[in-house]
Amino acid sequence: MDAAVFLISAAIVLAGAGGVLVARNPVHAALFLVQTLFGVAVLFVLQDATFLAAVQVIVYAGAVVILFLFVIMLLGVDRAEDLGVEPIVGQRPVAAVVGASLLGMLLIALLVSVDGPTGAHGANAPLGDAADNTRRLGEALFTDYVFAVELTAILLTVAVIGAVVLARRVRGPLAPLPIVVVTSVADDGAQGDDGTPDVTGVTGGDDEGEGA
Amino acid sequence: MVVTTSWYLALAAVLFSMGAVGLLTRRNPLIMIMCVELMLNAVNLTFVSLGSELGDLGGQLSVFFVLVVAASEVVVGLAVIVAIMRRRQGATVDDLSVLRG
Repeated sequence: MDAAVFLISAAIVLAGAGGVLVARNPVHAALFLVQTLFGVAVLFVLQDATFLAAVQVIVYAGAVVILFLFVIMLLGVDRAEDLGVEPIVGQRPVAAVVGASLLGMLLIALLVSVDGPTGAHGANAPLGDAADNTRRLGEALFTDYVFAVELTAILLTVAVIGAVVLARRVRGPLAPLPIVVVTSVADDGAQGDDGTPDVTGVTGGDDEGEGA
Repeated sequence: MVVTTSWYLALAAVLFSMGAVGLLTRRNPLIMIMCVELMLNAVNLTFVSLGSELGDLGGQLSVFFVLVVAASEVVVGLAVIVAIMRRRQGATVDDLSVLRG
């Protein structure tokens, strides 16, 4: 029974990962990523990590992939990409060799050492059964690991502020920051209502009254 | 047939390698971040399976923190991509060599 569940969900995980690798359309890649994340969640359940399975579905599939899809839609890059051309000559064979050797080394390292020197059982925080999983995780997180939890709170705050600062559409005196690139590509589509430098000259003063 | 920890570790190794190959071959920065997510999931799977192998909660706690770091990495990475794409429509990572100092 366990073996059947494992094999089916492993097939789902690997098929999703392969889909991410070969999908031409970023939206399809995001959906394949959801498939992989759900498969991993099933594997978490199979190992009695029920809380992490729920978090995997909620945070990864529910938030991260939705964020991906929002960005894809926002940027309008949801069109098929030509995978036929190889941008750097020899990139794919080299990547295949690197991936195969990485896989070989990982398999050797993981499978040889699993019963070896790391076989000592932890005395730190014992793993309960599945029904107890969430309570034990919560207790450990908010007693022994409370400092790390606070640090992750700071990390998330910094990430949110950083994302706002990075993605903000700057007008006004700060406008001509890194936009030098535009001069070489501005003529390809003329779709620029986006922050090209002359925006400040044209519309300056609509936001905080100190444009231009 | 009993599912041992080795099965999970082998699956995680395959998943990690596929993510690495995707990171090396794809040019779309969005899909490259997705491949990083694949690799992080492989590591999470390793953490959980070794945690249950050793009867320790530490593996699952590590996965918790990896999740948080992955979420913030995605947020900042996507913000960078939005900021770049707004200036260059359809930019791939090859085009970003202009960023070299």
